[in-house]
Amino acid sequence: MLQAPEITPEMVEQDKLYKDMGLTDKEYDMIKDIMGRKPNFTEIGIFSVMWSEHCSYKTSKPLLSKFPTEGPQVIQGPGEGAGVVDIGDGQGVVFKVESHNHPSAVEPYQGAATGVGGIIRDVFSMGARPIASLNSLRFGNLNTGRVKYLFEEVVHGIAGYGNCVGVPTVGGEVQFDDCYEGNPLVNAMAVGLIDTKDIQKGIAAGLGNTIMYVGSKTGRDGIHGATFASEDLSEDSESKRSNVQVGDPFMEKLLIEACLEVIHSDALVGIQDMGAAGLTSSASEMASKAGMGMEMNLDSIPQREENMTAYEMMLSESQERMLLCVKKGEEQEIVDIFKKYGLEAVAVGVVTDDKMFRLVHNDEVVADIPVDSLAEDAPIFYKDSKVPAYYTEYQAMPDYVPAVNDYAGALKKLLLQPTIASKEYVYDQYDAMVQANTVLSPGSDAAVVRIRDYDKAIAMTTDCNSRYIYLDPEVGGKIAVAEAARNIVCSGAKPLALTDGLNFGNPDKPENFWQMEKSVEGMSAASLKLDTPVISGNVSLYNESNGQAIFPTPIVGMVGLHASLKDITPSFFQQEGDVIYLIGDTKAEFGGSELQNLLEGKYFGKAPAIDLDVEAKRQAQLLTAIQQGHVSSAHDLAEGGLAVAVAESLFTNKKLGASITVSGDLTAALYSETQSRFLVSVKKEEAEAFEKVVEDAVRIGEVTNDTLLQVKHGKEVVIEEKVDALQALWKGAIPCLLKSKA
Amino acid sequence: MKFAVVVFPGSNCDRDMYHAAKDALGEETELVWYQDANLDAYDAILLPGGFSYGDYLRSGAIASTSAIVTELKKQAEKGVPILGVCNGFQILLESGLLPGAMLRNKNLKFMCRFENLVVENNKTMFSSAYKKDEVVSIPIAHGEGNYYCDPETLAELKANNQIVFTYQNNPNGSVSDIAGIISKEGNVLGMMPHPERAVEDLLGSADGLKLFQSMLENWREHYVAGA
Repeated sequence: MLQAPEITPEMVEQDKLYKDMGLTDKEYDMIKDIMGRKPNFTEIGIFSVMWSEHCSYKTSKPLLSKFPTEGPQVIQGPGEGAGVVDIGDGQGVVFKVESHNHPSAVEPYQGAATGVGGIIRDVFSMGARPIASLNSLRFGNLNTGRVKYLFEEVVHGIAGYGNCVGVPTVGGEVQFDDCYEGNPLVNAMAVGLIDTKDIQKGIAAGLGNTIMYVGSKTGRDGIHGATFASEDLSEDSESKRSNVQVGDPFMEKLLIEACLEVIHSDALVGIQDMGAAGLTSSASEMASKAGMGMEMNLDSIPQREENMTAYEMMLSESQERMLLCVKKGEEQEIVDIFKKYGLEAVAVGVVTDDKMFRLVHNDEVVADIPVDSLAEDAPIFYKDSKVPAYYTEYQAMPDYVPAVNDYAGALKKLLLQPTIASKEYVYDQYDAMVQANTVLSPGSDAAVVRIRDYDKAIAMTTDCNSRYIYLDPEVGGKIAVAEAARNIVCSGAKPLALTDGLNFGNPDKPENFWQMEKSVEGMSAASLKLDTPVISGNVSLYNESNGQAIFPTPIVGMVGLHASLKDITPSFFQQEGDVIYLIGDTKAEFGGSELQNLLEGKYFGKAPAIDLDVEAKRQAQLLTAIQQGHVSSAHDLAEGGLAVAVAESLFTNKKLGASITVSGDLTAALYSETQSRFLVSVKKEEAEAFEKVVEDAVRIGEVTNDTLLQVKHGKEVVIEEKVDALQALWKGAIPCLLKSKA
Repeated sequence: MKFAVVVFPGSNCDRDMYHAAKDALGEETELVWYQDANLDAYDAILLPGGFSYGDYLRSGAIASTSAIVTELKKQAEKGVPILGVCNGFQILLESGLLPGAMLRNKNLKFMCRFENLVVENNKTMFSSAYKKDEVVSIPIAHGEGNYYCDPETLAELKANNQIVFTYQNNPNGSVSDIAGIISKEGNVLGMMPHPERAVEDLLGSADGLKLFQSMLENWREHYVAGA
């Protein structure tokens, strides 16, 4: 363990100790210029975490600026702990997604658990009560012991934390592809509800005001977590297990309740959680945002371990800690509120007006840094971008046309694919109902939580088909946003805004940077077209293991608003006799499809095309039809195409069947992944009205009571299967894979 | 009728319980912080679910040592109705107000879903609005809901008709499919499933509402109707 007092500023420079912290020679020189002297070990440590990609976005900033972030619905865009959108009646919804990929790769339970804890803190530090969480997970295929362990423990960790803090885990998605084998993705999204008058900011304003620390004591866990998150995973990442923080959801629950009480106190000036880069980032950002400085006495920091150095305290990422700025002289009021919950709020510093970030430890000034330089002066890198050879090759390929002979057999195999199979194994472990507001829970296209005492609800989803993005980042980026919006619309809500969880490989490789650039362009175009601005987000780069990058995976977390509870629409067929419609035409598009994966074991060719004008029109018309009361159920077509969508619409316990008739090429009709399509069921008496509203709807069949899934091609029956049997395959697939010997 | 919902550090179904009694049932209800150790002012006491003290040590174990449990025992002796749901049930077991103990679910995982319960005994102040053998849909959400008691205790529970709810498809391994039991005196009910989450059709079931209605009707008969 490095001990700060023994290391002189000269040693930092001569031995290039900053390199171990992830800083380059050039960055070191910049820091020396800013300081006007050689930074000491503590100071360089502080710079290294604040200038890490995780905190500074130094690589992704030029891309993030492309996102549309404004709209009449946006109350708070990117820049605070989380974004806020308006849902009327003086209420706002606060949300953000965050990644915890690298910690989860080495210590999956705690990595995932603290990911959930961190994002929930971002939400309640805004003053909002967390009302839902979602997640988006990626793993390798479930055929090695290691991947199964990662999968089971990540799910266990999310459940362990989320269930205990009493925030329902209402939705999410899990996909499996080989590229995630060594570097799983764990992205957690939290959603909160707030009266907009209560929105808090993370500022340390008012000369002489007191900085208070509350929550868990600071230990040596998670030191350099932000830096760890900003480099590639490798064989020796296992040795970074001690970089992973350990969560205490009970402490978090106490903090939620206490902080939501504290925000109503006039004594409070600002509040922020200690997330990545812990005390360093929260304190310096709060001062910087207020245009002030801060002096902290580290001797007052509650410590879990003995003889902690300034360096360790400032870089620790111990969980469940909050930093508050409190009006001078009114500290006791804050102390008393926390005391009720058995928590101690401790004065650790004061707001100054010299714009310096000054730390005192054992009566010595151990760091004295111009505070704005930490948050604002990180260099911005404009990375080289280069079209990857694979992309050029795929674009030049003739269209991939698979050959299927056994249509029922292919459907069964698709239902067994873990990406398509039921995720009941996962969501059964999440308390999806606590708080007693969950109307549609995991397993639906979007989760729906009603707003108590009002005739309205919010819909939430996370989506990203990274296979399309790998094949064509721009098109795939558009699809990711469009698919999220499709899910929101299917549930009967109007999409409001999104949070992005950008997961990419090492940006120093020009091909990877090109993927980032293009997917952000695609996402931006779709956000603009569908009026879903980006209000918060997270960037996770260096998602590689042993030199192999993940598929570019920019996860979209989207929130929508149900204008009335009666608009809430399930994704499953509801009753016998309803007419089944397919909205949208179907082309033979199999690049990146689940069928391609099934038949070829890899992805190549072109991603399915998307026309955003068509997408926007169909979404708007379907939403109108739902709001007018014509629709019984709505489901978007995604992996596996129409056949899988029809089957999924039957997988409830309603004992229904369906009979549909398709035309044209059967393989395309059943399994193509052409975009902007919906499967909708409509009561017979509503059919005429529905058709008037939704132009591109084609009647393809009817919901039956015979518990059979029947597909006809003209007069010929090409699939006739018992729904029970299909459902059993779909439900059993993941448990079966987990039980089978690796 | 006036309900108390006792809130421990780490309770997380306290507000759900509050809304069930206050809004769905429509009776006066207050959240009572566990340090306010006097419950004389209430006609019924509700112990909500959650993770009191983080479930550290054992579910409900630490809460069962708090001062309010002494108060609970006093109220129980007076015959005040006490309902413990999920963690509330675990606290009742740890306090000795009900017999038996909880083990981890047989699959060792947390589970959250709707389950069908069978009303085994509808002659209690908590279940009189149900029919005997009625099947009701009420959600479970627990990691340690595998009820265990020794054979003698089980025989006694059966002999005294203390088993109020059983699972139709036992999800967690509980002895004799037990989902909820009542004290011999009949005024303390503990159950793992969450009736407070099943008081509105919008959320999937209103079958839990009858439990609260039973409490209200029995209280009225006892105190209001001049019985």
